[in-house]
Amino acid sequence: MPELVNLEVFRYSPEHTPEPRFQKFQVPYNKEWVVLDALNYIKDRTDGSLSFRWSCRMGICGSCGVLINGEPKLSCATFLPSKSSKPIRIEPLRHFPVIRDLIVHIGDFMTKLKKVKPWIIRTNESPLSEGEFLQTPDEMERYHQFSHCINCMLCYAACPIYGLDPLFAGPAAIALAQRYNNDSRDQGAARRMPILSSHDGIWACTFVGECTQVCPKHVDPAAAIQQYKLTAALHSLKSVIAPRGAA
Amino acid sequence: MRRTPIEPILWSLFSAGGMLSALFIPVLLFILVLAPALGWLPAPGYAQLTSLLSHPLARLFLIALCALALVHAAHRFRYTLYDGLQIKHLNELVNILCYGGALAGSVWAIFLLFTRVAEPRL
Repeated sequence: MPELVNLEVFRYSPEHTPEPRFQKFQVPYNKEWVVLDALNYIKDRTDGSLSFRWSCRMGICGSCGVLINGEPKLSCATFLPSKSSKPIRIEPLRHFPVIRDLIVHIGDFMTKLKKVKPWIIRTNESPLSEGEFLQTPDEMERYHQFSHCINCMLCYAACPIYGLDPLFAGPAAIALAQRYNNDSRDQGAARRMPILSSHDGIWACTFVGECTQVCPKHVDPAAAIQQYKLTAALHSLKSVIAPRGAA
Repeated sequence: MRRTPIEPILWSLFSAGGMLSALFIPVLLFILVLAPALGWLPAPGYAQLTSLLSHPLARLFLIALCALALVHAAHRFRYTLYDGLQIKHLNELVNILCYGGALAGSVWAIFLLFTRVAEPRL
């Protein structure tokens, strides 16, 4: 008889039952299987109504984030534990409204992401004939780490501040803003500042650091926020000392 | 005219307090308490410490260290109260207690360093 793994999966189908519940499932243990494989096994063989997001199965698309035993993780990058006596509990990402089963509404994150203008802004475009923008390895190093963000929102599920204050811009949006602020080709730092250096921007962060702990791509959003706090504090100091120069 | 937000100023003081405390308080504790207790350094006497503090720069340094360390503690404690006890609605009271406490402690440090220490009790 094959070894079985027990799963407790969060279910919520508002059109059928208004209250969320946990449903128990058993899947065969396979050492090559990740939690996403177990969820797909359930959907294909046991209960086709189970709903969850996934796409690439290789930690790139950022769509399969869930809570696995309370920890925000990518279900495609978390292997099934062998001989697990306790069932594995799978829930939707914390701090987001649930639409159905493991699917959360990501509208709030998408709005915040757009607000910080995470793209290269040029105030004066050069003609194509001048060729590409060259960048030294050191210049690339300044933003490279932050460019690994895949918008999986695990950091939002881990951030207690976002849980307490839904207006907080959040770790990924700030890290991505800093990715472009640190890019030598970008000229949009001043346009991002009013959003980032607002009450609901970096100043809402109390440096808990959970965002960095859970990031599956080893981005350090907590560092991005602290870096930007220094930038914004120096800018603020300059605007007090020389109000015209800093404007 | 756009109002200068208070957060960058508070954070700068908080951050300066954290850095100064982390750098100097262990050194001061080592020189004044731990090393004399272990017999590694001679224990500084009252007269020695008073003469050290008679220099205005030494007093200014200690006042800055005390005041910034207190602001650091106040700022951290303020957010601990907000988030830990979920009392953001008592915003004004918490701010007065935390930053007011830091201010009172700083004034007390100034009072001690400029009045008491200035009168050697030999």
